[in-house]
Amino acid sequence: MSERQITFEVLRYNPETDDKPWVQTYSVPCQEDWVVLDAINYIKDHLDTSLSYRWSCHMAVCGSCGMMVNGEPTLSCKAFLRDYKGSKIRVEPLSHFPIERDLVVVLDDFMGKLQSVKPYIIPKKEKPVEEGEYKQTPRQLKNFKQYTMCINCMLCYAACPQYGLNDDFIGPAALALTHRYNLDSRDGGRSQRQEVVAQHEGVWECSFVGACSEVCPKDVDPAGAIQQMKIASTVDWYLEHLMPWRAK
Amino acid sequence: METIQSDVVIIGAGGAGLRAAIALAETDPGLRIALLSKVYPMRSHTCAAEGGAAGVIKGDDSMDLHFGDTVGGGDWLCDQDAVEYFIDQAPKELTQLEHWGCPWSREKDGSVGVRPFGGMKIKRTWFAADKTGFHLLHTLFQTSLKYESIRRFDEVFTTDLIVADGRVQGCCAIEMRSGEMIQFQAPAVIICSGGAGRIFPFTTNGAIKTGDGMALAYRAGVPLKDMEFVQYHPTGLPSTGILLTEGCRGEGGVLRNKDGYRYLQDYGMGPETPLGEPVLKTMELGPRDRLSQAFWQEQKKGNTIPTKWGDCVYLDLRHLGEAKINERLPFVRDLAKSYSGVDMVTDMVPIRPVVHYMMGGIHTDINAATPLPGLFAAGECACVSINGANRLGSNSLTELLVFGRRAGESALAYVRGDSKPTVDTAEAGRQAAAAQARIQALFDRADGGETISGIRDEMQHTMEEGAGIYREEEPLKETTAKVASLRARQTGIALKDKSKVFNTELTAALELGSMLDVAEAVALSALNRKESRGSHQRLDYVDRDDKTYLKHSMAHYQGEEAPRIDYLDVVITKSQPGVRDYSGAKS
Repeated sequence: MSERQITFEVLRYNPETDDKPWVQTYSVPCQEDWVVLDAINYIKDHLDTSLSYRWSCHMAVCGSCGMMVNGEPTLSCKAFLRDYKGSKIRVEPLSHFPIERDLVVVLDDFMGKLQSVKPYIIPKKEKPVEEGEYKQTPRQLKNFKQYTMCINCMLCYAACPQYGLNDDFIGPAALALTHRYNLDSRDGGRSQRQEVVAQHEGVWECSFVGACSEVCPKDVDPAGAIQQMKIASTVDWYLEHLMPWRAK
Repeated sequence: METIQSDVVIIGAGGAGLRAAIALAETDPGLRIALLSKVYPMRSHTCAAEGGAAGVIKGDDSMDLHFGDTVGGGDWLCDQDAVEYFIDQAPKELTQLEHWGCPWSREKDGSVGVRPFGGMKIKRTWFAADKTGFHLLHTLFQTSLKYESIRRFDEVFTTDLIVADGRVQGCCAIEMRSGEMIQFQAPAVIICSGGAGRIFPFTTNGAIKTGDGMALAYRAGVPLKDMEFVQYHPTGLPSTGILLTEGCRGEGGVLRNKDGYRYLQDYGMGPETPLGEPVLKTMELGPRDRLSQAFWQEQKKGNTIPTKWGDCVYLDLRHLGEAKINERLPFVRDLAKSYSGVDMVTDMVPIRPVVHYMMGGIHTDINAATPLPGLFAAGECACVSINGANRLGSNSLTELLVFGRRAGESALAYVRGDSKPTVDTAEAGRQAAAAQARIQALFDRADGGETISGIRDEMQHTMEEGAGIYREEEPLKETTAKVASLRARQTGIALKDKSKVFNTELTAALELGSMLDVAEAVALSALNRKESRGSHQRLDYVDRDDKTYLKHSMAHYQGEEAPRIDYLDVVITKSQPGVRDYSGAKS
């Protein structure tokens, strides 16, 4: 198998010893079928055991290994070296998040936001398990299925210019999941979620650049979800103010 | 050192751990629950399960059929009382998950759809396209966010159980962000930490599956049961070990050797079934152990295809057509395209067997309780044992729901029960200080010229050599001796990273220690079982020996010495050992 020597420029930061992040370079003998994560694992195993990063599944489903690769938010386990020309690749932690150490970022903000949007079924009416499943036609499933595919990899937050400016913005992944539950035929919790989403930091902060949907490795299309939610919010407003007898 | 007091600590926040936490929170809202994971819950390896979850729901199916498929699939090493409980609870748990929002694939009328899987007489696998484990995990995680009493500790790495007065009383764990040790005091602990596929070089398992929880229980004196039973999944991508779900064959995919011949008919699974008309429990819908063993035989005959990643056979799905592949198998189509450069719509996919699942694990009874009072376990880390010598595909997702809940209920009954277990806080503090000192000693260790990756590679290599698909005395002896020597040699690893914050060199060293303990239990249990049963195939003892080995292997930790192996009777309620018949001729 042919080898290709690639220089990796990796952002390093250890809060115990470093005032600010710095770049370390490693020269890695890469196999042609490797992904960026394979090269980082090579560094960890053979060149520098102190490099910290997250990874697990190596099949683009656990969402751990998001990084900036040559400035783009990327799942490093699905970033094939064959798609990177040249002899240098730059690897940095995801933008817009505080760095915990090296390529590891602090996720507290997202975890809090995810919880705040009530990402679970709030049933219209409680139904005991003994009464069996809710019926849901393939068409009803298709209505929200795309928005269930989010792996929480955070690439969309790293790509979102609005989140970069204002981290009060709930952000693409959490809003897409809000939409996912709102659209589920089993759910009756939209008005509860609306209280969170209709706030300033909700959908109206989005300037519809669409960067989130472009970087999404699972084709969730959070930008589309957010636009649909804006329309739904507007309809709510009109119903409430112009036709109060129909509200809610 | 920070101390967290709670009523129940759960180690591991994948499917089983989350299900246990929700069961506790729902049953007793006043309970203090600490949910620990070395990763964030949604990174847990449950997310990688593809095919589905088995549960009897359709009119043509029955509890007896699911029982028969499971016990026969397990080559009669299952505890049948546990299987009966499991099968009875399965539909309820899967329906519960439906109520929580799992996007199960549906029939036209809106009811939940089922697909066929290997080793099943009737199709009964609930599925969410080919990302069932992913949806199951995220549904559970998102649902768990409802409950304020579930206090999560993400990226907290458990190092030790606290055991005093013959009972478990909590655990010690490193908060990875700070590097500080925390002592978790609780009268009950549930381990749900997953399997240990990473002791092998070629596995579908993620990097995190290093047997940590198995090792925790084992070192605390709980036996590891049936560790020699390691499941190879027949269809992994050769370069990476990425899984292509059994759903591929359930939907009609076939296996071919280098001549295009459907070789399974030569190994007791024929006659050949027509293309596009899969017959249950026949040919490609035989059980995983038989299919992986057939690959090995084909390899010996020279009928496999050499690739740069090793010998392969072909998985052929072309006759399914693009529409069906996109509807039922979109994720694996993408995986094969991305990681192997093959589009299954137009080409056959090279595949080979890959280590997938540990049937063995922490010994528990039907209540998910271990012999150590206060300690419970569920999911892949545990052996309850419904999987016997070979797990039936799509039973594991259901298992982590059924026994995750069961573990929660049992832990609750224990902490609220008559014995009123308490924590000896002074003793817990002493043990936590000792645990912290052991971590410090790792940092202070002199460099003996060993490396984590070096010892890990040697371990993985010897496990494949001696404890792979087929085994025999001499290679197993070599593997056992090699793993014992690696256990000793790991003291020669010096940590170069001395920092506290997110030190993954430290956690990798701890994971390696767990893997070596687990690997030794696997190898020695395999050496001592002188018969062939399910996934444990001995070239030197080719027959099943019910007279001597219709028993569970129990590996007991002996410190630096090799484990002691003894045996426990299998529970049989209604099915005496019989012949595993996967020939379509008789069905």
